[in-house]
Order: sequence, then structure tokens, then C-alpha cells
Amino acid sequence: MEGTGVVAVYGNGAITEAKKSPFSVKVGLAQMLRGGVIMDVVNVEQARIAEEAGACAVMALERVPADIRAQGGVARMSDPQMIKDIKQAVTIPVMAKARIGHFVEAQILEAIGIDYIDESEVLTLADEDHHINKHNFRIPFVCGCRNLGEALRRIREGAAMIRTKGEAGTGNIIEAVRHVRSVMGDIRVLRNMDDDEVFTFAKKLAAPYDLVMQTKQLGRLPVVQFAAGGVATPADAALMMQLGCDGVFVGSGIFKSGDPARRARAIVQAVTHYSDPEMLVEVSCGLGEAMVGINLNDEKVERFANRSE
Amino acid sequence: MTVGVLALQGSFNEHIAALRRLGVQGVEIRKADQLLTVSSLIIPGGESTTMAKLAEYHNLFPALREFVKTGKPVWGTCAGLIFLADRAVGQKEGGQELVGGLDCTVHRNYFGSQIQSFEADISVPQLTSKEGGPETFRGVFIRAPAVLDVGPDVEVLADYPVPSNKVLYSSSTVQIQEEDALPETRVIVAVKQRNLLATAFHPELTADTRWHSYFIKMTKELEQGASSSSSSTIVSVGETSLGPEQAKPDLPIFQ
Repeated sequence: MEGTGVVAVYGNGAITEAKKSPFSVKVGLAQMLRGGVIMDVVNVEQARIAEEAGACAVMALERVPADIRAQGGVARMSDPQMIKDIKQAVTIPVMAKARIGHFVEAQILEAIGIDYIDESEVLTLADEDHHINKHNFRIPFVCGCRNLGEALRRIREGAAMIRTKGEAGTGNIIEAVRHVRSVMGDIRVLRNMDDDEVFTFAKKLAAPYDLVMQTKQLGRLPVVQFAAGGVATPADAALMMQLGCDGVFVGSGIFKSGDPARRARAIVQAVTHYSDPEMLVEVSCGLGEAMVGINLNDEKVERFANRSE
Repeated sequence: MTVGVLALQGSFNEHIAALRRLGVQGVEIRKADQLLTVSSLIIPGGESTTMAKLAEYHNLFPALREFVKTGKPVWGTCAGLIFLADRAVGQKEGGQELVGGLDCTVHRNYFGSQIQSFEADISVPQLTSKEGGPETFRGVFIRAPAVLDVGPDVEVLADYPVPSNKVLYSSSTVQIQEEDALPETRVIVAVKQRNLLATAFHPELTADTRWHSYFIKMTKELEQGASSSSSSTIVSVGETSLGPEQAKPDLPIFQ
């Protein structure tokens, strides 16, 4: 195992076998998205702009998180017609959001034939206690996390891709940094831990022991890990990459800024050349106004990230 | 010997990890001048539209075309196959730039969206004759392309059966008709043309390193052909030092 890095997360479990979509195929698409930027779009025009800029996928939704924050009310899965239109308009993968625990929304999204479902805390919760049993679906899921335990619980439920929650729609990177640091820090602690101590550590994380052990052996999460929630500039995106993420979700940051096309393109380039400061200078120049951020010291700002465990 | 891996976006880490398992150093290529330092190149899987955009931003296409023309070995997997093809259909509005060189027509996203992505054991006679091992190779097809037709110089290394009732592709210029008499048709999923190798599936996502080993041997053969007198310059795979650079932890291979 050491030499080849070959593992079987679910040991070809009966649940995934029956549906003929093995976990490897679900993770496979996420692996193809690595080093890329996934952008929130609300209509066909925005989807085209994102594709032209070099996004590796688009997230189709009715309102970007900044608007959900501003307008309030219940945020639900988007109109399937809108998602279909976007799917028609672009050749890159299309993702869409379902409410946490709302497995019927997920069934609808699967039937549309999109490429990935985001079970997202940005939408209003449908179930306070339970997430969707993602093994029951042929379509892969991405889920949010704030720490290692939460990430591994989602993977156990069948998520084939993990993103940090950050704080969506704020244009403030602080929470995303906190969550990435928390996941990476715990993995570093885990790597240096004696095997005997992993049982108690798993209990502390409230995560399945086998996945904790696997993470220890790999030295990283066993699935692709993206950053999300607050990315607004190319520098933010490169920061996430340097902290060890495989790619970046950008929500409100692009289409709430002064010049979406240029900013989108700059963020895509920043993710590819994340460790090249000279390139980052070049792409960060003259992008126009960034989205207006929200100061998260304000108690009144609702924390989407705390909506689920 | 160092193998360059185009690292604009996609599964370049996986390719470098597969090369490492064979004791070969893979280096990330992001800029045109870095191409001068490598003897062969892998174009990984990923989103071909995204990779084309990034290559365009940094004016990489002329350098890549030059690299293909010099006869150095280039291997494209999935998105890489699209890059190398002379003709592609099913592209985004306005089309996308290609490197070209491989005389074939590729249908981008032939098998459909993620829900139609699959794994299959495909028969690979040429690979088995050269590399040994089982008769089949576990092909992982992720929103994969397929080769619709090939020129006379192109060698077909693997194909895959598709149900004949599938509407393949039609446009005003190309029309693929299905005959009812045929129980199934086969689409081409792996090809070779001199220095170019291309696969529609992702060998970098499996533990089987035969395709990588095949590509490295191709590199060696071409090098030998180019400089037949000085065969001593070829470094054996096992001897290649991996340098002090610490390997980054990478994703597991799922079975």
C-alpha cells in the first residue's frame, strides 16, 4: 500500500456497485477539476462569461450567496429549466445546489443529468440532523466542511469531493482560511501521531476511524479538496492554493465585482500560477472594483457555515 | 530523462505520481520556455476548454505545436487527446484552439455528462504484447471524448463497443449513420501516430502503469532512432534520480 498508494475507500461496497457508478468514477471528475476554478452563475450569459474566462465548471443557481444574504427568505434548489438552459449553453461541467438533507431535490438534479451536486449550507436547511445519503446516487456530490471531522463525516456519507465552507457571500476570506487551516493542521497533527492514539483522535473528531487512519496514511484528505466561501481576488485564490487546496470555488466574488470577465480570467490564471508572485502581479493589475465585503466581526451577520455539523 | 507534464489544470499531479512509481521524474510545465528542458510531454486530463483558455492566455500554442513538430513524444489523455487532434467536434460556442498533429476527428464529451461516466475493461492487444500483464486495461472514462475517424497513418490501439442505437453525431458536414444490421459499433479510444500517443480514458487514475511505461519506451525508441550512434546517452529508468524534492502527498487510487 505504501508504495502504490492504492486504496479502496468503500471496498467496492454493495451500495455503489448496484448503481454502476463506482466511487472512482465519482472522484474521477473531481480529479479532472483540480487546479481549476468553479464559478457561481445565475443565467446563461454569466455561464458563457465563466466558460470564456476558463472556469473548469459552473455552479448554476438562482441567486448568488451575496444576494441570498441580502434578500433573506428561504433559499431552495434552482428552477430545473434554468439549470437545463445553462447545461445547454456550455460544454464544461455544470453543478447545482441542493438543500442539506433534501434528497428529492438531489433526485431531481440527478434526473436533469448535471455533473455534480453541491449539498450546500448556503441554501436553507431541509433537515437539521441528517445529510443526504449520497451512496444512493449515481451522481457525485460535493459537501462543505469546517474541520477534518466534518470533512470525513461527509466522505463517509458518500461525498466524492470536499470544499471548505468559508463564509459564502461575504467577500471575506477569513473564514475560508480558518477552515482550510483547521483541516490541514489536523492532518499534520494526525501524520505525526502514534497509531495507538488514532482511536481517541477519531473519537474527538467524531469521524469514522478507518477514514481517519486512511487520512493519516495519505497525508491528505482521501478526496479532492477545494476552497470556497469568501474568495474575491486573485490573491485570495492563490492563498487558498498555497495553503494546500486542489482548486477554488468563487461565488459572489466574480459577478458582484466591477468587471466580471476580467476578474474571472484573473482568478483562473492565479489558480494555475499560484506560486509565481510575478505572474500574480500581472493578473491582479487593473481589475476594477472588487465586491464589497462584509466584516465578520459584526454579530448580526448570519453564519451559513454553522448551519450544519 | 525527464518527462514534462502540462500543468495548466487537471490531473497533472496524478500523472507525475504515476511516473514516480516507475522511477521517472515528471516536471510541471506551465510556460513555453519550460518545454525546452524536457524530452517528452504528457498533456493530462482536465477540462479541455479551460486548458485551451489558459494555454491561449500565455501564448503556449505555438510552442506546443513546435514541440509536436520536432518529433518529440507527446501523450494526451482525455482532454489531451482533444488537444492533439487535428479536428474536434462538440466544442463550445466559437470553438477552441487545438494543438493538432494527430490525424483524426475527436468528438468532445462523446459519452455524455458525468452520469454517463464509467469504468470498463478494454482490450489492449498492442499494449499487452509490449508490456505484458493482463489482456485488458481498466479504462476510466470521465465525460470522455472518443475518436470518430482516423487518417491512414494512425494506429488504433484500443476501441470500445457502444450500442448501435446511440445517436452518434450529426451535422451538416459530418454524418455518422448507424446500420441496423450491426449489433454494436466500436469507437476508438486509444491511438498512436509516430511520436503521438492519445487515450480517451485516464491511465493516471489507475494503479496499472503500463501505459506510462509504454510511453517512456516510445520516448526511448524515438531518441534512439534520432541519435542511433550515441545510445549511451539514454538513462535507464531505474537509475534516474528523483532529486531531493519531497513528493507532495497525493490522492489515493480508487479501486
